[in-house]
Amino acid sequence: MLLATSLKMALLQISEPGLSTAPHEHRLAIGIDLGTTNSLVATVRNGISVVLNDANGRALLPSVVRYLPDGSVQAGEAAQMAQSEDPTNTIVSVKRFMGRGLNDIGDISSIPYRFVDAQGMVQLRTVTGVKSPVEVSAEILKVLRARAEEALGGGLVGAVITVPAYFDDAQRQATKDAARLAGLNVLRLLNEPTAAAIAYGLDNAAEGIYAVYDLGGGTFDISILKLSKGVFEVLATNGNSALGGDDFDHRIYCWLLEKNNLSALEPSDTRLLLMRARAAKEELTEHDQTRVTAILRSGDAIDNVLMQQDFHEMSQNLVERTLQPVRRALRDAKLTVADIKGVVMVGGATRMPQVQRAVAEFFNQTPLTNLDPDKVVALGAAIQANVLAGNRSAEDWLLLDVIPLSLGIETMGGLVEKIIPRNSTIPTARAQDFTTFKDGQTALSVHVVQGERELVSDCRSLAKFELRGIPPMVAGAARIRITFQVDADGLLSVSARELSKGVEAHITVKPSYGLSDAEISRMLQDSTQHAQGDMQARTLREQQVEANQLLEAVQSALEQDGATLLDEAGRTRIRTGMDGLRAMLQTSDHLAIKRAITQLNEVTMAFAQARMDKSVSRALGGRKLTDLET
Amino acid sequence: MSTHDFQQDFFKLFDLPATYRLDGELLDSRYRALQTQVHPDKFSHLSEAERRVSMQWATRVNEAYQTLTDPVKRARYLLSLHGEDIHEESNTIMPAEFLIEQMEWREAIQEATTACDTVALSKLELRLQHEMHHLQEQFATLIDTEQNYKAAAESARKLKFLERLAEEIASAFDVIDN
Repeated sequence: MLLATSLKMALLQISEPGLSTAPHEHRLAIGIDLGTTNSLVATVRNGISVVLNDANGRALLPSVVRYLPDGSVQAGEAAQMAQSEDPTNTIVSVKRFMGRGLNDIGDISSIPYRFVDAQGMVQLRTVTGVKSPVEVSAEILKVLRARAEEALGGGLVGAVITVPAYFDDAQRQATKDAARLAGLNVLRLLNEPTAAAIAYGLDNAAEGIYAVYDLGGGTFDISILKLSKGVFEVLATNGNSALGGDDFDHRIYCWLLEKNNLSALEPSDTRLLLMRARAAKEELTEHDQTRVTAILRSGDAIDNVLMQQDFHEMSQNLVERTLQPVRRALRDAKLTVADIKGVVMVGGATRMPQVQRAVAEFFNQTPLTNLDPDKVVALGAAIQANVLAGNRSAEDWLLLDVIPLSLGIETMGGLVEKIIPRNSTIPTARAQDFTTFKDGQTALSVHVVQGERELVSDCRSLAKFELRGIPPMVAGAARIRITFQVDADGLLSVSARELSKGVEAHITVKPSYGLSDAEISRMLQDSTQHAQGDMQARTLREQQVEANQLLEAVQSALEQDGATLLDEAGRTRIRTGMDGLRAMLQTSDHLAIKRAITQLNEVTMAFAQARMDKSVSRALGGRKLTDLET
Repeated sequence: MSTHDFQQDFFKLFDLPATYRLDGELLDSRYRALQTQVHPDKFSHLSEAERRVSMQWATRVNEAYQTLTDPVKRARYLLSLHGEDIHEESNTIMPAEFLIEQMEWREAIQEATTACDTVALSKLELRLQHEMHHLQEQFATLIDTEQNYKAAAESARKLKFLERLAEEIASAFDVIDN
């Protein structure tokens, strides 16, 4: 008995998954909150998550990008200062356009940009050419990346980028593309309220059911999470990806227009008044009234006093509109207000007293505001990045997130057949079988959509593709299996297979709005900082980093489990693969390195499965362990 | 070697007996223990082979958990393990009396929706939950105690009908909210 017990202990110790037995250096990883109004970068230093400031000690980088006639680009403060002077080339709140078509954006009368309606995502015409929101966002990310590299003094393993929980697949894919374009390795896309919950939960050792109310500059999210013993489990999420602090500014802006009998303003005046409106909104957080003054291009002066009470009234229905998703999230989680132990407030817009009051009234409790609503998301993202980079901290925790919107395909009559329901825990996969409706039909078109409505036209179209090569059969005889896979980033891939005659036509689609690898590399080459030579050097460097990480991971896996899970031949195969990769690393041929990486990954597949099998057995403890002992 | 191969049934995956009545807390804790081992977050810095295996496992564990925690899915799954299909597509085999009840339910939901009467909807929801609970008890006895799979299938079929009503009530709340 004693012997068996000690053996069990030994087994537990050697098979901790992912924990390298050899001590390795701290891997540099960052968390980025890519916000509508401001963006931030944070990292974990000496076990504590900290926001990284710029050279002037400022944490917040205004999410503003300006394109100048000489081809240069400004991002941040400098661009923000220029927004009223150069409104058409200075892009603010670009996050609202990510993964969006022109008709999704709605009222563009107060937006000074020259829009180009492109397939999939809207584009913006600037003095240096047409830019996609992905490229604009990448400029913001590049600044944050440079800030982090300078502060940390080294190359980054990767970044966790946060997105609104209610972002659909198009918006997520666009965010990931922007990060790639900025030269960042994306460790994970993390939902903003979940990031906040990590930062709050770990800090306060919170247990129980919490709501995270996240009202940012342009997006609103509500997430309901269960926190217990180091597990962060999202039960339901809801929101509105086109509702935020900007809309409160807009109410004040409209009030100014009305008060002063203004219409059809010049773009620079629009920008000016929107800036004044935002300043007034911020004033009214602390004061009962505020004075708004401005001189328009025409020379006309504006001078109005806005009372807090009036502002609250004009924005009341915006506040109301955040409560609808809250009710839905609670219903989806099968909970009531009484079940909620605490409400965490996130996003600068939650500073507004009318928002805090409405939330307090709804939940029947004072919301938690003891953390900086601007920083908490970046701090949580950094904690997650640190874990994903392989710097395991002592406390072990697990994050279980969900997909915010249902995924489905178009069926007869323009109706949606839901395949993966909203609030399914990710990663998830679901397969559904379909058939042909005509005799001899050899092709089937598949239209993938996202949303809750019954009609395809009311949902977001994600991708269309055709499955060809179906063997001709009578109607209804073919069996076509369509599989949806959503990964841990909440990103979808779809594949279709014809099963009935064993013929396999297989296609994996990337949603149509996403950028192909070729487009990404074209954009990289277009940008002035990356000449052709730089590009190749960068690709080579990336392959070398990946190869070294892989070698380290396989080596540590072999040390842990090579003796018990592999036979001599298996070990030799893997060692040969490692030697092959090491040999290729001596060359500077990035394609050869890539091939050797793929080869090594293939020969370690069975070993990886066996290791997982062992971990799984261990997770259930007791009985299964005795199998291992014998 | 371990018996935990990837394709085994969902109950075995969590090392639980294949019964309808199950220990929810034990299922929860086993689910968490499993995800702690297999979740992609634990493998993101490792080789692609390990990341791929992790994604497959985490997906499978989620599917299993979602199936076993949902009373209707669990019923259908358990029946499928015994070779019974609940034929949910065809309602012609349902007793007429049951179908009439269904129509009455629908009318009541419709009426409350048109009147934007959330109080009435909540009452309907509560009554429906009660009825579903009763059916689940019946199903559990049929399948766990009596092993009467044919009768259990009919009771599961009814459960599926009631689940659709629950979905209708949920979407009625959404409609009123707009």
